[in-house]
Amino acid sequence: MESQSQVLERLRTAFESGVTIPEKFRRTQLTNLMTMIKDNEEQIVNALHKDLTKPKFEAILSEVEIVMNELHCALGNLTSWMQPEYVSKNLATKLDECFVRKEPLGVVLIIGPWNYPMQLLIVPLIGAIAANCAVIKPSEVSAATDNLIMELIPKYLSKDCYAVVSGGAKETQALLTNRFDHIFYTSQAVARVVLQAAAVHLTPVTLELGGKCPCLIYGRVNATAAAHRLVWSKFFNAGQSCVAPDYVLCSKATCDALVPALRQVLEDFYGSDIQKSPDMSRIVTPKHWTRLMGLLNRTKGKVVVGGEHDEKDRYIAPTVVVDVAEDDALMEEEIFGPILPILTIESLEESIKLAKRKEKPLAFYVFSDESSVLENSSSGGFCSNDGIVHMTLPGLPFGGVNSGFGHYHGHWGFEAFSHRRAVMLRGWALERLNALRYPPYSDEKLSWLRWTTSPKSCSIM
Amino acid sequence: MSREQQAVARARKAFETGRSKSVEYRINQLKNLQRLFSEKQKEIAAAIKKDLNKTEVGAQFYETLGLEGEISLFIKNLKEWAAPRHVKKNLLTMSDTVYIHPEPLGVVLVIGAWNYPWAVTIRPLIGAIAAGNAAVVKPSEVCVHTSKVMEDLLPIYIDKELYPVVTGGVPETQELLRQKFDHIFYTGNSTVGKVIMEAAAKHLTPVTLELGGKSPCYIDKNCDISIACRRITWGKYSNCGQTCIAPDYILCEPSIQNRVIEEVKKCIKVFYTDNPKMCPDYGRIINQRHFKRVMAMLEDSNIAVGGENDESDCYIAPTVLRDVKPEAKVMQEEIFGPLLPILPVSGLDEAIKLINKGEKPLALYVFSPDNKVIERMRDETSSGGFLANDCLVHYSVSALPFGGVGNSGIGCYHGKFSFDRLSHLRGCLVKKLKMEGVNDMRYPPHTLKKLGWARFFILNTVDVGWVGRMALLAALVMVAAVVIQKYLL
Repeated sequence: MESQSQVLERLRTAFESGVTIPEKFRRTQLTNLMTMIKDNEEQIVNALHKDLTKPKFEAILSEVEIVMNELHCALGNLTSWMQPEYVSKNLATKLDECFVRKEPLGVVLIIGPWNYPMQLLIVPLIGAIAANCAVIKPSEVSAATDNLIMELIPKYLSKDCYAVVSGGAKETQALLTNRFDHIFYTSQAVARVVLQAAAVHLTPVTLELGGKCPCLIYGRVNATAAAHRLVWSKFFNAGQSCVAPDYVLCSKATCDALVPALRQVLEDFYGSDIQKSPDMSRIVTPKHWTRLMGLLNRTKGKVVVGGEHDEKDRYIAPTVVVDVAEDDALMEEEIFGPILPILTIESLEESIKLAKRKEKPLAFYVFSDESSVLENSSSGGFCSNDGIVHMTLPGLPFGGVNSGFGHYHGHWGFEAFSHRRAVMLRGWALERLNALRYPPYSDEKLSWLRWTTSPKSCSIM
Repeated sequence: MSREQQAVARARKAFETGRSKSVEYRINQLKNLQRLFSEKQKEIAAAIKKDLNKTEVGAQFYETLGLEGEISLFIKNLKEWAAPRHVKKNLLTMSDTVYIHPEPLGVVLVIGAWNYPWAVTIRPLIGAIAAGNAAVVKPSEVCVHTSKVMEDLLPIYIDKELYPVVTGGVPETQELLRQKFDHIFYTGNSTVGKVIMEAAAKHLTPVTLELGGKSPCYIDKNCDISIACRRITWGKYSNCGQTCIAPDYILCEPSIQNRVIEEVKKCIKVFYTDNPKMCPDYGRIINQRHFKRVMAMLEDSNIAVGGENDESDCYIAPTVLRDVKPEAKVMQEEIFGPLLPILPVSGLDEAIKLINKGEKPLALYVFSPDNKVIERMRDETSSGGFLANDCLVHYSVSALPFGGVGNSGIGCYHGKFSFDRLSHLRGCLVKKLKMEGVNDMRYPPHTLKKLGWARFFILNTVDVGWVGRMALLAALVMVAAVVIQKYLL
């Protein structure tokens, strides 16, 4: 079995050979990745069901199709993404060629989480196949998917250029002592450790973290439509999504209309015995289950929907808690589970203030026709009158502010793993023009230079 | 509360009032900054003369000219850059509004350097102001007089709560680094860069690091050596070699080494006279510590030109070293001084090998009339920026991103790149609570049929004109009707 340093050395040698540079190579790898997913859809769905009891529908939508979408986007646009970008010049450089070249960084590390173990590992990998070699480290918590990825990637992708490293905290820490040219980390737990390890080698990092995503509901809102979208985005994957609406802020009247609507929608979606529904996921491990039950036990709010649980099955029913105060246990940390606290705040302004008192979240949701919320808030992304779906659009950069930095999806992923190299090709002519800049310096030379290097002079030409 | 904590707290409070949000406010601040440069040229030049022995013309050319151009560029384009940027939608979000909303990050820390103190401290500040942030400005304490002038003048022209200047040395910088910022922008060397990044890690703060490295300069024996050497001499000895993108060392075939030395010697004489020490256009080493550092590099190399020095004046003559070996002292770190080593190599292959042995530099220069040589050099190496047939000037093109890669830095700036780097590009989707029937296909209870529809709708992007949009909308409505019939009724 290869040691970590042997793996890295192999990848670095492959990178330095230049094999990942030609477009053909990148296309082949991306196409092979697509084949891998198509050929093994059933195994992927089964592994996800084993890890998270993920319903087939959710697995296909959020782990298979979204990855296929990104692959289509990458294959459809790779040629144009790879093209140099020509830029505008000033008069002094008019005869020169100035452009930005997208170049590979080298060997990159992608560390995936357990909640969407395929999507959140493979979508960054698509960006990295923008001509880097990549080491991918799936989460050991989603063990079945981890094993499947370990088995499949070497079968479909170049073994010299892409390696999968498995293991727990110890293996990850060891991996981080090596030098990478970029580290892409999704999760929360060890972000600071990752950054500190990166600082040792001045390695740039993309951090996709989480946060408490608020959901504000104000004004005249169709409670049933809102409830549909809220239930779908909250309880998808049993609430274990970094962009799930974490908590709701609304007035008492809205809360009174919303709770019965939520109850009804839950029954429409999952039937009267939710534990028996094949469409509801489970909590990933007993440890996470215990954490969530701890929050539920400590809350001073009132459970009005759900609350049922089953430790052996790692099951927690979709639960709605009202009369939650700002300092409640459910407001301390990102919930990451199927518990929805509702805080009653009469005015939209006060709600915005409360949300602002917390760390900037990865997503901000509003059900309203009130437009001021966007301007008065800050978050990774923003979506009004729905949840989660903004991240299915590859045109939007997906990433946080305070809840991480850097972003990806679509061409943003390609850019995250590329170096934008400024290139200027000058000619030998016009050396007389250059004389303006050589010593001995004079005021007259300076005036001429001001004119030739100013952006205004371009428009005259 | 320490002085540093207070400055940061005041800046955050000022940011939270929201006054820097409006584009008009930001443009006003930039206009005020512009006035500083047109009104206080004398004070700026006097301080730079004391710190780096630059003439007034030299100071304008290398420091403030670029800034004035940058501010004009920002004033002209800020409204467009700060506006929402529309993006592609998928079929399901076709009737929704989808865009990227550039927003300020919050409080940015700008740590400047001493070699072009105005250029490298104010240029990031321009980006920070334009993006709507508050910014704490920490000029380098090494350029003592300029740092004082910044401390005195900036509060007179721009909002002193939003953009405080905090001066000081290492302890003051460390105290600043304990505070929480939303971005830290540092220009300096790699060693301190690592310290900055580690400090930033505690608060998960993103950083931009503009560092340095040994920028190689390859001279093809077939090029016009006279012109090449003139451009290299200018690039090397401006500011006495204390430029992060100065050509650090030359690689060329042994057959042209003597010619290169002759040509550089000629240009030194034309630019700086027979006695550079008396020439007003030739600078000085910033301080004694750096003087000693640079002089120590001469120990094991042959001096072909120059070598004269005067410690009391921090003067080192424009110097060329010949037949330098890769193990020589002068090749172990970035020189950042007026020593130009020439390393003879057998050709392009050896040059590329040697370059790739070192860390990725901030700039890479190649002089050749042959495009193939240029392309090979470009394709087989990596660097922050790449410039063929000249030195330094790629810095002046605002549309080119300026930044390093690997050890030479993280992130880039100049022009719109500064604006984007110091903004948060927030992805926004604005929907309505209508067309719920179409959403139905994603809700449980899940069926294979619904999955088929969802696959099609949610995950196909659409990029059509108005007519196409209307046609698709009609189709969508029809489909929605069908879906509603099948699943809800």
